Amino acid sequence: MTMSPTTKPPAESLTLTIDGKDVSCRSGQTILDVARENDIDIPTLCQLDGLTTWGGCRLCLVEIAGSSKLFASCATQCTEGMNITTQSDRLLNYRRMILEMLFSERNHICAVCVSNGHCELQSMAQKLGVTHIHLPYRYPKLTVDSSQDRFRLDHNRCILCSRCVRVCGEIEGAHTKDLKGRGIKTFVINDLDQPWADAKSCTTCGKCVHVCPVGALTERGTAVSEMAKRRAFLPYLTSMREH
Amino acid sequence: MSKTITIDGVTRIEGHARITIDLNDQGRVHDAKFHVTQFRGFEKFVEGRPLTEMPSVMARICGICPVSHLMASAKACDELLSVEIPPTAANLRRVMNLAQLVQSHALSFFHLSSPDLLYGFDADPATRNIFGLINTHPEFAKDGILLRKFGQEIIQILGGKKIHPAWVVPGGVSEPLTAERREKIIAGIPDALDRAKRAATWLYSTFEKFPNEEAAFANFPTMFAGLVTPQGNIEHYDGALRFADNTGKLVAEFTNPYQYRDYISEATENFSFLKSPFFKSKGYPDGIYRVGPLARVILAEKCGTPLADAELKRFREKLGRAPASSFHYHWARLIEILHAIEKIGELMNDPDILSPRVRARARPNRNEGVGISEAPRGTLIHHYKIDDQGQMRWANMIIATGNNNLAMNRGVKQVAERFVNGDKLTEGMLNRVEAVIRCFDPCLSCSTHALGQMPMIVELRGPNGELLDEIRRD
Repeated sequence: MTMSPTTKPPAESLTLTIDGKDVSCRSGQTILDVARENDIDIPTLCQLDGLTTWGGCRLCLVEIAGSSKLFASCATQCTEGMNITTQSDRLLNYRRMILEMLFSERNHICAVCVSNGHCELQSMAQKLGVTHIHLPYRYPKLTVDSSQDRFRLDHNRCILCSRCVRVCGEIEGAHTKDLKGRGIKTFVINDLDQPWADAKSCTTCGKCVHVCPVGALTERGTAVSEMAKRRAFLPYLTSMREH
Repeated sequence: MSKTITIDGVTRIEGHARITIDLNDQGRVHDAKFHVTQFRGFEKFVEGRPLTEMPSVMARICGICPVSHLMASAKACDELLSVEIPPTAANLRRVMNLAQLVQSHALSFFHLSSPDLLYGFDADPATRNIFGLINTHPEFAKDGILLRKFGQEIIQILGGKKIHPAWVVPGGVSEPLTAERREKIIAGIPDALDRAKRAATWLYSTFEKFPNEEAAFANFPTMFAGLVTPQGNIEHYDGALRFADNTGKLVAEFTNPYQYRDYISEATENFSFLKSPFFKSKGYPDGIYRVGPLARVILAEKCGTPLADAELKRFREKLGRAPASSFHYHWARLIEILHAIEKIGELMNDPDILSPRVRARARPNRNEGVGISEAPRGTLIHHYKIDDQGQMRWANMIIATGNNNLAMNRGVKQVAERFVNGDKLTEGMLNRVEAVIRCFDPCLSCSTHALGQMPMIVELRGPNGELLDEIRRD
């Protein structure tokens, strides 16, 4: 690694506590970064190393002493003397509730999903002990876009994490994908909300498919349980660009 | 003074059903009907989904015979891709289909039907079940349980899990067989054959004890339908669909699966959610035909494996080429278990079975596909239409049990006429009405309620609603 000749002020060193453990970090680091550096696990879904922070899934919420609010650890920078709790009954309840809402919002039928066994939503639910969905399922009638030659967009499985939007714009530089609408009516779109096959800006690189945590973006021709995602490219591409 | 007796639900079958028996003024049976009371909706809710998901989605129709739906669905999908799947893939699918046949037939024979044969149809229902069997005939019960295990484990060895494996995919199977897993399958064969032989010997010594049941359990002339090999032998995965008359004489045969529409029509009745397919040219309901183990052993020239052929010979010596009584489904089922185990052994010893070429990859190349295979209960047809992007637009399925619907209805009436007397109901009478249904081993829900001892109340009421008689099974 070569240092840039234009000198930045040296990062201030901070000390703080996460789950009772004294840790140190540089100013500007997020709570999530520091927790991971110290082998403290905080669940995430929308976050992906190499992409900008989104803060949308809210699974990484943590408690900070002195505040009754919860903070998204991926988007909150550490400050001196912070006392952070990443695991509590309250947090676990919220995290489970978030997952239950994701499951009930669209049609997540794990058993017959191409991503069954390779799905981050599914494995997160297992990890956090979600055994039942206490909310009524909405069963919305959603479309599947199979117009693209190699890939498929199944809105039934989408959790709106926006990883596809970010990788397309930030890494591939195409910005084919974006989100339309608000709230529960938000959808991933291609170009100006066209069938994927008609989206001229798409380079068919497939990065969106492989960063998608669920079975929303998949390769065509995959049968149930066959859609394992390959993510190794992302840290490689990111570090190539940084240096 | 007409009355209606209702058997709700029918026990020791797979799924939910109700039987009603209408009595006339003299207290004799006027009519009887078999009502399938559940609705599934698969044909509708798959619309819009990618075809590549179909085998696994359709397998969810059933927890007992998911493999059957995997086969018919995957074959329909192979058609949509316009591929000929590698021979090894076809043979591996065959093995899984036969393993499923063994476990399902064992469930039907040992767990659901044998208590009637062992204890008699009038025995106490508290012990006339698999648990009674375990107490009084532990070795016999063990044979049934271990035969199921044999079949289920092969499904797991091949597909990764016993129920709803995702291994059967459009174009073949997702993973080849390894030598180690082949050895595991082969190792179980001798023991399974011993158990199947023992059951066949026992049934041979027993079935003549039930002349009344034999005479009245859906004993009437019908056509028969099922797959056969090019040599006319028994077949469960792929072959020509043959129709024969009540004597076993060939009526029609076709190899192009799309032609099923030229021969079969489906009628609906307002008393049941199960459609009634019939042989088109004979009209409804005269076009009644039966499918399943009895039909298959009647249609086939032979099985093509030594032990099963020996048993088939014994069957024909006793009963002739085409016995009319559905009571003999039980025997046919045991012949098929023997055949399936032998055939699995044969396929496992094929040197090409370990070939890594097990999947033909292609895009959708056709908008319509039909797959026909033999489920344990009979001929199963999946018919799909897709759009140019490979998404389902339409599906029609004729489920094995549906093919037998007309025969089951007529059988219920026949056995009720023979055994039910409106003056005084006995549990044994009604058990026989249920038992005729069990002969067909219907998979109604295709649910996992394999051993439902559902509460059943049968009330016999007079014209003014007064309770004349009641039987409870709470």
